[in-house]
Amino acid sequence: MDDAVAPRRRFRVVRKLARHRSFSIGFVIMAAMLIIAIAAPYITGLDPTAMKIRMRFRPPQGSFWFGTDQFGRDLLTRVLYGARMSLWIALAVALLSGVVGALIGVLSAQFRRLDSLLMRIMDALMAAPAIMLAIGLGAALGPQTHSVIIALAVAYIPRTARIVRASALVTRELEFIEAARVAGISPLRIMLRHLLPNAMGPLLVQSTFVFAYAILAEAALSFLGVGPPPPAPSWGNIIAEGRDFSVEAWWIMVFPGAAISLAALGMNLVGDGLRDVLDPRLKVES
Amino acid sequence: MTTPLLEVSDLTVRFRTDTGWMTAVDKVSLQIAPGEALGIVGESGSGKSVTALSILRLHAMATTRLPTGRIMWGGRDLLGLSMRDMRAIRGRDIAMIFQDPMSSLNPVLTIADQIGETLRLHQGLDAAASRRRAIELLDLVRIPDAARRVDEYPHRLSGGMRQRVMIAIAIACRPKLLIADEPTTALDVTIQAQILDLLRDLQAELGMSVILITHDMGVIAEFARRVMVMYAGRVVEAAPVGGLFTAPLHPYTEGLLASIPKLDVDVRRLPSIPGSIPDPTMVIQGCRFGPRCPIIEAGCRQDPMLLPAGLEREVRCPPRIAP
Repeated sequence: MDDAVAPRRRFRVVRKLARHRSFSIGFVIMAAMLIIAIAAPYITGLDPTAMKIRMRFRPPQGSFWFGTDQFGRDLLTRVLYGARMSLWIALAVALLSGVVGALIGVLSAQFRRLDSLLMRIMDALMAAPAIMLAIGLGAALGPQTHSVIIALAVAYIPRTARIVRASALVTRELEFIEAARVAGISPLRIMLRHLLPNAMGPLLVQSTFVFAYAILAEAALSFLGVGPPPPAPSWGNIIAEGRDFSVEAWWIMVFPGAAISLAALGMNLVGDGLRDVLDPRLKVES
Repeated sequence: MTTPLLEVSDLTVRFRTDTGWMTAVDKVSLQIAPGEALGIVGESGSGKSVTALSILRLHAMATTRLPTGRIMWGGRDLLGLSMRDMRAIRGRDIAMIFQDPMSSLNPVLTIADQIGETLRLHQGLDAAASRRRAIELLDLVRIPDAARRVDEYPHRLSGGMRQRVMIAIAIACRPKLLIADEPTTALDVTIQAQILDLLRDLQAELGMSVILITHDMGVIAEFARRVMVMYAGRVVEAAPVGGLFTAPLHPYTEGLLASIPKLDVDVRRLPSIPGSIPDPTMVIQGCRFGPRCPIIEAGCRQDPMLLPAGLEREVRCPPRIAP
């Protein structure tokens, strides 16, 4: 369809986001991390898994900015490549829990008979702390990157589903839903075309927070031994491998730890900004 | 009279409430001929909107007992149709517009999307064709600069404009019947008049029948040919507009007419009908209007019937049709 006027509103949202301070800061942090993660091979030239026993436990210095670990691997290289793994896991978890959570949410809002069934399942999942659930699932699925993604997504789906459901329950009482029914539009279509898009704001905000939680949770899972398997680095498993030497070689835990904090902070700032701009109460007066 | 387009007979709708079953619509019958304009008037809670929604089978399934009676449309009883067949009728043969244009449009879809949705569904148009048709429709409902407006989101339009868009959506598939549920109540007086003019012109142009639901006697006088007055879920009087306004029969109708402010008469207090509409869960013996009625008599204790009272007129009031 040709969109001569339609994009205007989208541009306005983008303009507002650009003016929003914490969103801008968060966005710059996340964009920088993403670029660094993608460009990792061009930045270091070293292999993140190449061991050099003679170079073990070098503190940060001219040739090893972040120092080396117990196998003599360059920590900067490992943190850069770890960004790929950690950010990928976080993104996949945010997308997966966003899509599945949104579907469960609108389904239970639109088809009331499914509601109690779906929500009881969500309640059951929420009854266990997210991290416990992920540990259990991660252990059951085996030590693979995919199982970490699935475990974390399952842990975060209930919250997303509840948020989308709450939003859709409000929307479905509005007159335009009745108007759509009057026009002969089927319940499934109403769900996908009217309820879902109206829940997009809260969904997007929630997904950014899931992204941030997932970075932290990946670290926690790795620390507990059910994260992405070594030797491929993730921020979490670098810390996990370094924890036995934390007194002698502080740098092994500090640098990936800082990366985790920075990524979680950046994504939280992005989420806050999105929430401010997409909040329907603020949108009306635009 | 020609064959009616829509014939509702003895429609009864009951809702479940916390305190038991309430009858929202009690044996309502109505007919509407092709191209006719029928007004339904009554205060809030009189069952007029429920009647309209029932014609389209759009009540909350969980709390409604299946309506009884018959709703004949093109030789079929709408109450007996499958949901699928019913959806094919909604929006294509029977369309409806609502009171509040501010909340009747989806805030996240453009006007083109929302008009196009019905066109694509019922007429199988593709995106480009439905957009062209949407622009034509906006022209038809007299929205200036339609080609530009069609890509806007609802929040950029005023209430009157949104109601015009709602009308455009409603007439998109050239329905045979348009149900307008308080279409002007939420609008400014000047806009009200424009919207009514528009509806009247469209009715003539497209040859559709219109059921106009309102509590505003003035709107009825301007728009409808025939009027049904509803009270507490029942039809209390049905008459051509002229007759009803010059010589109302039911005391409730009299009360409604008396409470219209008049510009040429100076009154301190507008006359009102004492009391209020009864709680629908309560059972009232005899005439429902009895407790508020100035002319109640012994004959009103038995449930009065809706009886013929002159040409095309019916009234449910024994004192007024006593021989």
